[in-house]
This record gives sequence, structure tokens and C-alpha cells, in this order.
Amino acid sequence: MRRFAVWLSAGALAAGLLGGAASAQEGQSLPSAGTDIRDVESLRRGAHHFMVYCSGCHSLKYLRYNRMATDLRIPANELATLMITSTKPFDPIVSAMPDDAEAWFGKQPPDLSLVARSRGVDYVYAYLKDYYVDKTRPWGVNNLVLPGSAMPAVLSPLQGLQNPVFKNEPDEHGSANMVLAGVEPLTAGALKPEEYDQFVKDIANFLDYAAEPIKATRRSLGVFVLLFLFVFFVFAYLLKREYWKDVH
Amino acid sequence: MAAAPDPTQPGKSGGLLGWIDQRFPLSLLWKTQVAEYYAPKNFNFWYYFGVLATVILVIQLVSGIFLTMNYKPSSAEAFASVEYIMRDVDWGWLIRYTHSTGASAFFIVTYLHMFRALLYGSSRKPRELLWIFGCVIFVMLMAEAFMGYVLPWGNMSFWGAQVIVSLFGSLPVIGGSLVEWIRGDYVIADATLNRFFALHVAAVPLALVFLVIAHLMALHEVGSNNPDGIEIKNLKNAQGHPVDGIPFHPYYTVKDTMGIAAFLIVFCAVIFFAPTFGGLFLEAPNFEPANPLQTPPHIAPVWYFTPYYAMLRAVPSFAGTQVWGVLVMGSAIVVLFFVPWLDHSPVKSIRYRGPLYKIALAIFVASFVVLGICGLRPPSGIYPLLAKICTALYFLFFLLMPWYTRIDRVKPVPERVTGHA
Repeated sequence: MRRFAVWLSAGALAAGLLGGAASAQEGQSLPSAGTDIRDVESLRRGAHHFMVYCSGCHSLKYLRYNRMATDLRIPANELATLMITSTKPFDPIVSAMPDDAEAWFGKQPPDLSLVARSRGVDYVYAYLKDYYVDKTRPWGVNNLVLPGSAMPAVLSPLQGLQNPVFKNEPDEHGSANMVLAGVEPLTAGALKPEEYDQFVKDIANFLDYAAEPIKATRRSLGVFVLLFLFVFFVFAYLLKREYWKDVH
Repeated sequence: MAAAPDPTQPGKSGGLLGWIDQRFPLSLLWKTQVAEYYAPKNFNFWYYFGVLATVILVIQLVSGIFLTMNYKPSSAEAFASVEYIMRDVDWGWLIRYTHSTGASAFFIVTYLHMFRALLYGSSRKPRELLWIFGCVIFVMLMAEAFMGYVLPWGNMSFWGAQVIVSLFGSLPVIGGSLVEWIRGDYVIADATLNRFFALHVAAVPLALVFLVIAHLMALHEVGSNNPDGIEIKNLKNAQGHPVDGIPFHPYYTVKDTMGIAAFLIVFCAVIFFAPTFGGLFLEAPNFEPANPLQTPPHIAPVWYFTPYYAMLRAVPSFAGTQVWGVLVMGSAIVVLFFVPWLDHSPVKSIRYRGPLYKIALAIFVASFVVLGICGLRPPSGIYPLLAKICTALYFLFFLLMPWYTRIDRVKPVPERVTGHA
């Protein structure tokens, strides 16, 4: 039994290392969004922001209004104000964008149901914060994390405009070589920087929820499943020990 | 078994069981295969993985059946139907995560089960056919996992299928037509998804179940090996039972119940707390629908195929063809079948083998793990060189085996098994 426990912990350690290596491999040195899907207040604010600022162009076609209302505890009268693109609560969250939007933006605005799973929450958070002025782009803006992004800086009235910051990283011949290093504020927006940060965090959090609505339930349920299995294991072990007494 | 007054005389009992026994060998099967199947009493940790593989097979069959009820095998609907399962089907998320985690768990326990055989010489005479059935199961499992991975129709599903199926295209003469025949189209398309679905849910599982039955029949015919590599049938008591054997039931049924409980703790921890396992079990690009116009930034197969994928990439093209990498990758599997005849050691268990085999096995395991890591990473920096070295080490383990197992300094094998867990 002691050896068994040693093996079990060795296995858990190996699994942890493997998981750690895997997640380390995925990280593209984006700052952590620091969101929490159990924070229903934040999710509800994020839902509001999304409906007002994003759902005109972006759908959440795998999420239904009534599912969102149940999970985020949004009362019926409040939900009605959020249902901009539909009248039936069981409808999925579609956008108001016609099919020929490609002619406007050069790209159909993507559905965002799963963006927090395919790209990550930190990506959403960084993307919404890292717009900068770039006169060479059709909308006069570009993005640090998604260079050449087709989306205009929709949130710039809130955030204000940002200037790119370049830094000199000389190439192997010692010649000057300017690379994009970050952004700095150019004009003030309607929100203070910390207010905008929370605004974007709420949207990222909401998109994390939208990508896997069951996530919070899954984790809280998992605790009970594991508790049951631990108790079951103890009894299984005691039963085994009882039977194996007569094996010499 | 209260209804069986005399289980030593099947068919003579009364009641319902007697009625059945006169028409079907139920008591006889129970007696010969379970209650009086004598297994060595010294099984250790490594002997859990056989029963765990069986448990996972059942988990995969059952969860798979429920997934099939809501999944749509069409290129237009597959991706959305998986999200439908994740969001709208009651407990669909649990069924789906169980199945996706089960796929990775299947490979973990199978790799450990195979490692056990290398540790204790379980493939050696008289268990060669048992080992071969196991190797065929492994090949079938890889086919099953590959086709299953295509079904969610995410972007990695699509491009993974694209890369793996096009490997067959490198075969001379027949390559082009073979790839077309597999895909059922000129590209990976609806027809491909449909046939992979048919093979994944019907053909291959059926083959797997029959092979597992054959594997177990062969096992019960020759009897289990054990950590000492001793044939317990050679030493029997007055009743004709092996002195170092104990009835499978109840001793190993209760012990395996404990092992299954421990496995379920780890298994459920992954399902409920880390179902993507940091992008190893469910890869992030696969949450984007299949897009033939957009390649994922870095195409890598799921972790359990990466050692072989690394071998494929390690072999350079030669004489204008890439076929050599494909052949090396195929040989890495084929060589497994020959282990019982490559191993010339006079003893089976690593406990009584000399240092050469221990070192060889350690190098082999390390090279397999390093190959797996190489296959996950883009082929740049140190990785291509590492992959080449480890591919060579992988094959040297097998090709040099007849030599180093013969000259190795072995210890005397005891007559009786040593201790029990």
C-alpha cells in the first residue's frame, strides 16, 4: 500500500509536470487577464458591454439568451433590454451584421462563441487593450497582438487613442532597426485607465463564460465527485486488505 | 452465487442456474475463467494497467454510444453538433469530456501496459501470440484514435487528417490513388468525415472488442506472467492448483476494484478540472471550425502520436521522395511484433537480468519520451537533432536486443515467486 501511494504521487507529479510544460508552451507572454468566471457581477457587466459594443457585428451563435440569463442570474426584464438582435429568449445570440459585411471590413466579423478557448482569455484581454494609431491601415488603427486586424478601434471613445512605441534593436550589422515594443496613451477616453481595464476584463471574463458555460458548474461538481471517489477508494482498500489477509 | 449448491458440478444444480447450465456453460465459465482461474499472487503496481485498459474500453464504448445519439457526421454540421452536445444536451459536456479524456487515458495505460511487458518479459514463450494480439490492439487503437480526432471537425482535426492521410501519398506508384481512395474525394471533405465516422463507431470498435476477447483468451490459456517471470504452473499442490497462484476471484477482483477507484480519481480530476489538459488532450486550434483555407500556426498530432510523428520528421527526404520517413514510422510499430524473438535472455524478469538490459530499457524509455516532446514542438532549434538521435536509439533498442540480452550477466531465478503486494 505504501508503494502504491508512492507510485500514485509519482504519477500525479508527472502529470502535473506534463501539464505545466504544455501550458508553458502555449503562453505567448501575454499578461494574465486575471478574470474569474465565478464572479457573476463581472460576467453580467461583461454581458452588457458585449451586447452594446460587440453584438452589432459579432455573434455568439452557440450561446442562447435564456441560458445566459439563467447562468448569470439576469432577471427577465433586464434580459429584454439585452436582446437587441432577437425577441425569443431561446434564440442564440446572433449579430446584426448582414452576410455581405466582408465588403465593408474585408472579412466577415467572426463568431466569438469559442474565441476564449481557441485563443485564450488573456488574448481577448490584450487584444482589446492594444490598439494603436497606424495611418497605413484602412481604419487608421492597428493591433499589437493581431497585426493587420480588420476590426476598427470600436472601444477608442472609451479608452482614447494610443500611439505605438518603438525601440531600437540593432540588427547583426549594427544598423538601427526599429521594432514595435508597446503602446502609450495619445488622447484620453471617456473612461479612466483603470475603469477601461475593468471594462475589458469584464468582456474577457464574459467571453470565457460564453466559450464554456458549464465551466463553473463543472469545477464545483468535480469537488464532490472526487470526495466520493476518495471515500470509495478507502473502502475498496479496506476490502482488499481484509480479503488478502489469508494470502501468504 | 447462492443459487449454485454445487459449483464443482456444473449442470447438476437446480433452479434457474441449473436450467441455464444445461443449455449454456455459465457456471463452468465462471469457474474456469474467474473463480478458479489461478493468477500469480505477486502482481505489483504494473499489473493494474491491463484491467484499466479494459475499463477504459468500456467507458469509451458507452460514452461513444451516447455521443453518437447527438453528433452529426457531416462537414456542415459536425462542429456545431459537438458544441450542441457541450451546451444543450443534458450532461453532454460530461459525456464528451469523458470520451476525450478517455482517449488520452487509453494511450497512457496502454503504453504503461506495454512497458510492463518489457519489464517482466511478458511477451516471451509461451505468450508470443498474446503479445501479438496486444500489438494488433495497439495498431487498431491508433486507427480508432486518429479517426475519432477528425470527427469534431475543428481546424486541427482537418489539418491533422490532411497531414496523416497524405503520408500514404508518398508510397511509390499506388500512393496517389490510395490517398484518393482513403479520402473518398480529392481533398479531406464530407465523404472523408462520413467514412471515418463509420469506421470509428462500428468497424474498429468491433475489431477492438474481438481482439481484446482473443487477448484475454490467450492470457487465460497460458496463464499470467508475473514480476518474477516464473511459470507458476510448474509447481502445483495436491489439488492441482499452482502453489503460488490465488483464485482471480475474489483476490484480484477486490484488488482491481481498488486500482480502478484510484484510476477514477485521477481520471475524474482531469475531466472536471483540466479537460483540455493545458492544450494536450484538447488542442486550442480545434475550437475553431475546419477551415481548408487557413492552416493552424503549428500542426502537431495529439500527444500520443507525437513520438512517431517526430520519427517521421527526423528522416530526411532522399532520392526525391519522403517515403523513408513513413517507412521508419511504420517500422517503429512493426518491430514491436518481433520482441518475443528478439529477446534472447535466459530469464524473463528485469529482476534477474543484468545491467545491459536495464540500461537499454532506460535509454529506450527516455528516447521515447524525448521523441514525444520533439513531436509536439516546431522542428527548429535543438529538436530536429534530438529527434534523429532518439529515433536511432529507439531502433537500436530492438535491433541490438538479440546481442545484449545474450551476453548480459543474469542472476539465478528462484523457484517460488517473491512476496506479494
